Amino acid sequence: MADMDTAADRAATDAGPSRGAKVQLDCKGLLCPLPVYRASQAISRLEPGDVLRIECTDPGSLADFPAFARQRSLTLLSATERDSVQVFELRKEADA
Amino acid sequence: MSGATSRDRRAGNGNGRRRRLALVASKGTLDGAYPPLILAATAASLGWEVGIFFTFYGLDIIHKKKHRKLKVASLANPAMPVSVPNLVGALPGMTAAATRMMKSWMKRSNLPGIPQFLDMARESGVKLFACSTTMGVMGVGEKDLVMGADIAGATAFLDYAADADVSLFV
Repeated sequence: MADMDTAADRAATDAGPSRGAKVQLDCKGLLCPLPVYRASQAISRLEPGDVLRIECTDPGSLADFPAFARQRSLTLLSATERDSVQVFELRKEADA
Repeated sequence: MSGATSRDRRAGNGNGRRRRLALVASKGTLDGAYPPLILAATAASLGWEVGIFFTFYGLDIIHKKKHRKLKVASLANPAMPVSVPNLVGALPGMTAAATRMMKSWMKRSNLPGIPQFLDMARESGVKLFACSTTMGVMGVGEKDLVMGADIAGATAFLDYAADADVSLFV
């Protein structure tokens, strides 16, 4: 995956994977399917109650992340767009 | 109440089974290889089971040597970004030029190459079915296939697709 890593491998953790942690995922500059693919990987490492905050610049993400949340049984806490950057907050639930 | 609930839309579709995507990949060009692999990576990210049946020229996508060298057609391709008359598109080197152009767009867009997409598919548990008839017709052996490909006939794929929620021919 060396090709992707330059612009993409910028996932950073604010806090450890403890309960209620908030994890950041920078997907700016990435096109579908990479934001959802990376979000999926990040979600699998979260504990129930943790929140994943994703920043994107693919305008399709405004349609994709609500669908991603439905399909993965996540709670979409917020979806905003400012200066062509879309920001999503997803909470992992106990049954996800 | 017979209407679908929001729960039904989720990956676990209410009957305790994961959703399933069954794809047929029939094209062996670089531009033809991306759509099935993008759909597969996306569906796997949604928690779905995914299987791709690689048939006829689509088999090149999981051919150990050819999958790294897929090309874009410069001849009879009216979708080329730069309008190329067929007489020019037929000249030697034009296919290579069209392929280089597309690869440069992919790189600029941070989109992985075909080998990387195959890695993502395998890491996500996507099943790669290699069409046995194509292998026979084109003289492709098991050792010619990328790691993780399973040889199967149409019967085995249809058996898999019979339980799919979404089936697409690409």
